[in-house]
Formats: sequence, structure tokens, C-alpha cells
Amino acid sequence: MTATTTPTTTVTATSAPRGEVVTRALVQDVALAGDAGTLALVTLDNGLDHTRPNTFGPEGIAALGQVVGTLRRRAEAGEIQAVGITGKPFIFAVGADLSGVPTVSSREQALEIARAGHAAFASVMDLPVPTFAFVNGAAMGGGVELALSCDHRTISAGVPALALPETFLGLVPGWGGCYLLPNLVGPANALKVIIENPMNTNRMLSGPAAAKLGIADVLLEPADFLEESIAWAGRVVSGETTVERPVVSRDEAEWAAALKAAKGLVLAKTAGRSPGPLRALALVEAARTATRDEAFAAEDEALADLLMADELRAGLYAFDLVQKRAKRPAGAPDKALARKVTKVGIVGAGLMASQLALLFARNLKVPVVMTDLDEDRVAKGVAWVHAEIATSLERGKIGRDRANHLTGLVTGSTSKDGFADADLVVEAVFEEMSVKKQVWAEVEAVVSPECVLASNTSSLSITEMAADLQHPERVVGLHFFNPVAVMPLLEIVRGDQTDDASLATAFATGRALKKTTILVKDSPSFIVNRLLARYMGEFSRIVDEGTPVPVAEKALAGLAPMPPFVLIGLVGPTIALHNSETLHRAFGDRFHVSPNLKKMVELGRPGYYQQVDGRLVVDPALEAAHIAPANPVELDVTQVRERVLSVLAEEIRMMLDEGVAQAPMDIDLALITGAGFQFWNGGVTPLLDREGVSEKVTGSRFLPPGVASVPA
Amino acid sequence: MPRTLNEVVFVDGVRTPFGKAGEKGMYAQTRADDLVVRCIRELLKRNPQLPKDRVEEVAIAATTQIGDQGLTLGRLAALLSGLPNTVPGYSVDRMCAGAMTAVTNVASSIGFGAYDVAIAGGVEHMGRHPMGEGIDPNPRLLAEKIVDQSALSMGNTAENLHDRFPQLTRERSDAYAVSSQAKLAAAYDAGRIQPDLVPMATRHSERGFGLATMDEPPRPGTTVEELAGLKTPFRPHGSVSAGNAAGLNDGATACILASEQAAEELGLPVKMRLVSFGFVGVEPEVMGIGPVPATEKALAKAGLSIEDIGLFELNEAFAVQVLAFLDHFGIADDDPRVNEYGGAIATGHPLASSGVRLMTQLAAQFAEHPDVRYGLTAMCIGIGMGGSVIWENPHHADYGTEA
Repeated sequence: MTATTTPTTTVTATSAPRGEVVTRALVQDVALAGDAGTLALVTLDNGLDHTRPNTFGPEGIAALGQVVGTLRRRAEAGEIQAVGITGKPFIFAVGADLSGVPTVSSREQALEIARAGHAAFASVMDLPVPTFAFVNGAAMGGGVELALSCDHRTISAGVPALALPETFLGLVPGWGGCYLLPNLVGPANALKVIIENPMNTNRMLSGPAAAKLGIADVLLEPADFLEESIAWAGRVVSGETTVERPVVSRDEAEWAAALKAAKGLVLAKTAGRSPGPLRALALVEAARTATRDEAFAAEDEALADLLMADELRAGLYAFDLVQKRAKRPAGAPDKALARKVTKVGIVGAGLMASQLALLFARNLKVPVVMTDLDEDRVAKGVAWVHAEIATSLERGKIGRDRANHLTGLVTGSTSKDGFADADLVVEAVFEEMSVKKQVWAEVEAVVSPECVLASNTSSLSITEMAADLQHPERVVGLHFFNPVAVMPLLEIVRGDQTDDASLATAFATGRALKKTTILVKDSPSFIVNRLLARYMGEFSRIVDEGTPVPVAEKALAGLAPMPPFVLIGLVGPTIALHNSETLHRAFGDRFHVSPNLKKMVELGRPGYYQQVDGRLVVDPALEAAHIAPANPVELDVTQVRERVLSVLAEEIRMMLDEGVAQAPMDIDLALITGAGFQFWNGGVTPLLDREGVSEKVTGSRFLPPGVASVPA
Repeated sequence: MPRTLNEVVFVDGVRTPFGKAGEKGMYAQTRADDLVVRCIRELLKRNPQLPKDRVEEVAIAATTQIGDQGLTLGRLAALLSGLPNTVPGYSVDRMCAGAMTAVTNVASSIGFGAYDVAIAGGVEHMGRHPMGEGIDPNPRLLAEKIVDQSALSMGNTAENLHDRFPQLTRERSDAYAVSSQAKLAAAYDAGRIQPDLVPMATRHSERGFGLATMDEPPRPGTTVEELAGLKTPFRPHGSVSAGNAAGLNDGATACILASEQAAEELGLPVKMRLVSFGFVGVEPEVMGIGPVPATEKALAKAGLSIEDIGLFELNEAFAVQVLAFLDHFGIADDDPRVNEYGGAIATGHPLASSGVRLMTQLAAQFAEHPDVRYGLTAMCIGIGMGGSVIWENPHHADYGTEA
């Protein structure tokens, strides 16, 4: 009499040539309740904890295929009556190991990756006994596709994330996902996972949401998930439980409608510039009638094409920037130098200052004192913060105690005396050097000599701002982006005299605020606003010179999340004009100050476009007031694109030469996190490299071939 | 204020399969708290008529209350089991009688009227927490001869018991152990053990997940010849061997107790009624004798005599300790009323969890023997104690009438 658990097959390949962390497929037999027989339980486990999730590289896929081969023989011999697949604690599997992609230099290699995954997963599908995926934790990409390859699925209510994120990166779910998912849950639900979620900043499904979509047959509580999953599998094998699923419609019109909606979203988000999502749509369309072999072959071809496309390589480069470089900002001083921030002062109580007060209170959980010139402004700012906290409480995002705590942290005053024991004071007052200087002088009279003074200026010189202070070394720039709670980027500006301790405190604070921090040199408008001004300025210049707006917009579709004139409405014409004028003063004519933008500000129009019945139409007042050129020059789409991309390349090269940014990677990371530039363009320098603009305009590429592109 | 005392009933009990402690054991990398949480969840699942917010206490025993057996395990187990955070909990330690004490504690609170429904249980992962882990005995214990050196080693106290009762020979112990193994094997074959067991997922980083559905320690088919050849680790040419003692094990148990009225109100099954209990201290050097005075005390409190007891569930920490009990009360070594399903020598003895296993098995035997009115669960306890709990069989014709 022994436990019925007996180790059988164990594949323990641990080291692969290029250091693949191999996900092993460990097998133990377990007894199913009643007379249902034996279930071979496969555990996917790469031997590391949940911070290093299971992924499938070539060795892991080979190991899985080998294990499934053994299971097939055992099933045919009648030794096992079912197969279950689960993950290690908290992780099922998060898909293909993409770390090897940069070394894939031929289409044949790419095709092999696609085929190997399909072969392993098809062997699961072809097992002669019922197969079950017990999705115990995070499941993405190939992990989801492996689960889809099983006959049945249970999912834990504790699963934090289930997703097919491939199209977000520029791929397709190419190990069966584009075929199996629509045939399991229907085209509309499948496209939600394959297209809609990835296109919306890579949204993920929770376990319950995945179950609701029909991706799993049964949702179980996490505490005894595996035991209850095995019990459920036993009942299915014995016939006690019948799995019932809604029939997937084969109606062509229904599929076409779902595909049309998804395509609309793809075009809105990518302007068709990212090949992955479009390819995924084609695969889902074919899934309605294709056989498995046809579908898998089509997925193989799609994967091979996309793996050899620069867009995917740029997407992986961008992903790496956001995942890794964002967490270890280049040029930041030793963390140990950072001083503790136990109280924060905010000068100003306007909307920006109020947003900052809320951000600091929420994330640092220290007292925040807002000051402004008069009682009314102070009261209004504090009330705004308190109202935001109350809204969070009403929506159930925070509890009563947390709300009381946060509300108590944020106070206001017309006096700066409350800053006396602050460790950090941030100013968000009017963008005027003399005003800023006066504010700092007043603050310095109150605070300790070590208190860090941070300016949220978007364009003024930190060095100049600090020049008259007794302790100029404690002044830094903390340039937040609007809306502060949403935009991940924080540009940290080092003035000429800024010391390491103050800078380290700024970085530590940025990290505590959960922002992506990038070190920039004290220079007009830093990285993002300078590039946006050059980009929007050139766009405006082209329009001002006579190219119709729709032509110009079409030329640049897919570069930024929205056309420049829509962006003007979002940031406000006054701020846009101010930024272009500042840069024009600093750098001259290469920064265009548009007379039409001036006109927009003069007329007090809120933007170029107006929302009418959910559609954007040109403001008729502006159309009437349009300042037309004397000798119109009309460019075509190609010419517009070349001109705008060229000035971007020129400006980026100058910024790198001037040391404004330390590397092209920081430019790209800033544009992705501060301006929503696209993954499939790698931000912007990979795009400029692959379209040949960088070499043509600046004489060389920004990144060596292979870094964010297919190696030559 | 007039006070009404409540009758206390045993509603249901379960346990994990018991494992062998150590790196090769099936629970080597499975957490102790997960074991007991699994038991609690299974109890709630088996008794869906019990609303979760009607559970008013969770008392969980563990001998070594550190790591995954620490941090007020009873309370954490309640939270981890998905009980509402209004359900309190606490931890219990009376070494081997931890779960038994958890039961008598919550039963006393129910009897007193402090609450109506409680969960009691125990866990011991002797692989993750070997007996004596982190202990720091006061040097006065030995310096002032408060206890003998041998009192702190359970095996030595068992050898001491052989010394005290020379008629308790190694041969009798070995024969008793063989019958324990045989009885458990027969009980498994008859499907009598399985209903109490909760299948438990076993985690192992190198072997993957498995599912424990049966006890790991049993050695069916063990013969006296095999046992005679085993070493006696506690003294040269001694009597106590690995074969006639319980091993080092991992496992957990839990049960539901309720006032008779609450059980009726909620439609909960009544498997046993608590009659009386007794805990008594003895010389720590012969702790195995503990169940004798504890049982005498419990019998006296109940107004019963040993002849009234129709079924015995005695924990088998050591065969000699059971034999000392049987000799004292004039019961034959192979009396069929004793440990009908075998005992800890075969199933294993994850210290603080074992008390509830005795009760669960007695409850099953009550159902099979409606002719028996009273049964007894008893165990010896480290550092010189015994515990004994007397139960009444609700299936008996005279149940509920005066004895």
C-alpha cells in the first residue's frame, strides 16, 4: 500500500546552447476517483520561481513533444486513461521564449520555430485519451495555445492574466491560437482575445473573465484548484459529467461582421502599418472553414513571415525597453545616495499641481502641502484632490480607511511655512523664468538646505532657474506628462550644478511614483516636447504651405497614436503654441511657428477639430479664418512622409550629439511612454533606420542592424 | 443569569493521506498550512448546509509552531480556507494531543454557550519541522532533576515503559505492530479508510505535481520475523524499533463540532456525542502510561466503567504504550474492540494532527456497530501526559437517554 503517486517520465534537459531556461514537462500518475483510471499529470516547470515564468524555447518544445510521445505509447497500452497539463505555482505558461528571436536570421529558421510548436501541440491534440489543461496561473501566447490544444480546460479564479498578446508585439497567435480559439468560442469572443485586448494597451483577461468567454469549461477556486480540477477530470472521464459548450456558428455573415469590427479597430490603432494584426485577421477568417492541417500550415507561414519582418523585431526591441531599460534608467546615480522623502510641498494649486499632489499622496503616502497665492485657489486645488479620492472610494478602488488616510495627507495653505520639514518641493506654476525664480527664492527661505527643489517645467532651463539660489545643487527637473496619473513617462533633468544626491532622490521618487524615468540634459523642452514640436511644426508647415490636411495625415498615419491636429486639441492650442515658440526662440526656423496655430489661439478655439455626432470635423471658424499661402505647394503622401521623417532624424541626431539624450534607446523609450509612439516602429529610430531616412539624412543608422530589425 | 449548558456533537471529520517525512516523502515540498486548509475546505464542501459565517472558531494544533505552522495558524487557516474574516481562530499545542485538545477546547466553549459551531484540527509536517526544531529546554529541567534526560526523547520513554512493565516484551510489541499493519490493510481493502481521506495535491519542483490519495507509511504484509530483525535505535538490545512505533510523518486533520441544537437547526449530521474527557500528567519518563489515568478520569466524570466502552481508538505512538493500557484494563492484545482499522504504527502519526484521526475512525465504527453505545479515543502525550475522550454512539438504541 503506497501512495498512488509514482514518478514516471521526467525530462530534465536544463541547459541549451544559448542559455534557454528550459520548461520541463514533469509527469506523475494520479488515480482518478471511482473507477475512472489513471491520469498522467504533466507539470510545466522551468525550475525557477514565479518571477521567471515558464516559456517555450526550442528545447522546452522538444522536451514536451518527447513526453507526449511517451504518454501516447502509455495511453495505447492502456496504462493511462487521461492526461492533464498544469503549471508551476502561479504560472501556467506565458508562451514562446522570444529571447532567441534576434538570432533568427533566415526564414527557414523562423518556419522551424513555428512548425516545432505546432508539432508538439498537435501531438497533445492527437493523444488517444481525453486531455485536460488545468490553467492554474498566468497563461499567455503559447501557454494559452497549449491549453486550447487539450480537449477540456479548468481555470483558477486566481489567474491574474490570460492573453494572446502576439498582435501587440506584431506577431500572430501562431501555435494554433488563430484556429482553435474561434472554433471554441466563436469569432467575436476570439477576436476580443486575439485583437481587441492586445490593441488596447495589451489588456489581459482574469480567470473568471476567460471562463465567461468560454475559454475554460469550468472555473474553480484557487485554494484547492488542482485537487478539484483532477476530481472534475475524473467525472468527465467516467461520464458522470458531460461538458457542454455553445455551438460555434458557421454563418459566414456572423464571422464577417466580427472580422469587420476587429479590422476597424486594427486600422484605427495601427493605420495598417503593423502587419501582425492584419495577418491574424486573415487567419481567423480562414479558421471558419479550414482543416486543422491547412490552418496550422497557414499559421506557420504567417509566423515565418512576421518573424522575418522588421516590425516584429522593432516590437521586441520596444518591449525590452519598456520591460528592462525603464526599470534601470541609464545614467542614474547610485540609489544609495537618494534621501528619504517624508513630506512633499507643491507650489501651485492649479490642475497640474493638483494632479501632482494626488500622485504623490497616493504613491508615497506622505503629507503633501499645496500652496498658492490666494485662499480660493488653494481651496479649489485641495477640493479637487479630495474629490478624486472620494471618487476612488465610490468606485470601490480603495477602502474607507485608505480614503481617509489619503484625504488627510493632502492639505493646502497660502503660506509656504508648511514646507519647513519637507524633503521635496515641486513647483507647477506659470511657465515664466522670473516667476519660477521668485518661487524658489521664497521656498529656499523656508526649507532645509538638503530639501530637493523640483521644477515641472516643460521647457525652461533648470540651471538658470537655480542660478541665484544659495543651494543650486538641489534643483532638478521633474517633467511629468499630462494626464499625470496615466502617462508613464517622467523626464528627469539634471542642471549644471545638480548634485548626485538630489538627482538620486529624484530617480528614487520617480520609481516610487511608478514612472518610467529617463535622464535628460538641461535643454529646451527636453526630449519628448522637442521632438513633438519639431514633428508637429513640420506637419503644420507643410499644411501652411498648401498640402491638404487629409493628405498630410495619411502620410503619417500609424506614427503617433493620433494625427498632430487632433493632438493639438488634447494638449491645448495655447500650450502647443507656447512650446513651438519656445523652441523657435531657442533653435530658430527649424521649429515652425504656425500662423494658423496663432490664429487658433487668438480666436480662442479649443482645437482644429470638433466632435460632431462622434466624428471629427474641422472647426468652421478656423476654416473661415484659414491663412492660405500666396503660392501653395501641394505635396503628395510620399513627400510628406519623407519630409517629416527627415526632420525627426535630423533632430534626433542633433539631440544625441548635444547629449540631450544618452542613446537612441532613451529617445525611443521616451516617445513610447511619453507620446504613445508605437511598438512596431520601436518608438521611432528603428522606423527611421528601416525606411533609410537616418542614413540619408544623418549619414548613419541610429541602431546597428539586428538590434531592432532583422539582421542583415 | 441562568446558564444553559449545551450538548456537543461531532459532525464530520476528514484528514489528508499521511506521508512519510523527509525529502523522499510525498509532501516533501508541500506546505503544512496547505494540508490543513485542504481539510477545512473539504469539510465545508461535504457539509454545504453549514453557512460559512456560522463557523465561529477555528482551532488548529501544531507542535512546532514556526514557519508554515506558525503565525497563529488557526486564524490564517480560516482566512486561507475562504471563511469570512469575521471567523476567529487560534493555535493549539499539546504535542501529540494537539488536535484532541483543539476538539476538547472548542467543545468546552460550545458546551459553555460561547458559540455553536467550530472547526478543530491539527497538522504536523515533521519533514519541514522535525520534532525538537528550535527548542531551548530550560537547563533547570535536568539540573534540578525535574525530569530525567530520557524524558525528552519519546523513544527512550517507550524503552522506560518496557522497563517498568517487564511483562511487556518486545515480542508482544512486535506482534501488536504486525496486527496493526494487517488491520489497516484490511480496512483499506474494505474501503473503510478512504471516505475520511481528502485527495491532496503534492508539489515537487523536480517531480511536478502529484495527488496523494492514500497513506504513504503503511507496510502491509509485515511479519514478526521482519520486525524481530530491526535495530533498536534508542538503546542497544532494546525493545523499541521503527517497526513497533509510529514513524515520522506529515499530515493534517480537521473536524466540525457543534452544539446539538445548532446541528439540528442546520441539518448537520451527528456522528458522535461528546460524553466526557480527561487530561492527566504522569512522570515524563514514562509518558506512554498517560492514557491510563486520563481514561480513568474521563470514565469517572462520565460515571462509566471500562466495561461500558465498546470501541477503543488508541493512538499507537509506540506498541508498548498501547499494551500498557490494555494490560491495565485487562483487555487482550488482540481484542477486536481495539483499533479495528489498525493504528498509527501503520497509518503514521503526524503528531498534533492525530487526535482527530482517532475520532473520525471511531465515528465510522459507531455507524458500523450500532450495538456499541460508548467509545473512547485516547493518546499518550510527550513530556508525560495522557488524554482521553469518551463519545456516545447516536446509532445506539439508548442514545440520548440516561446512562
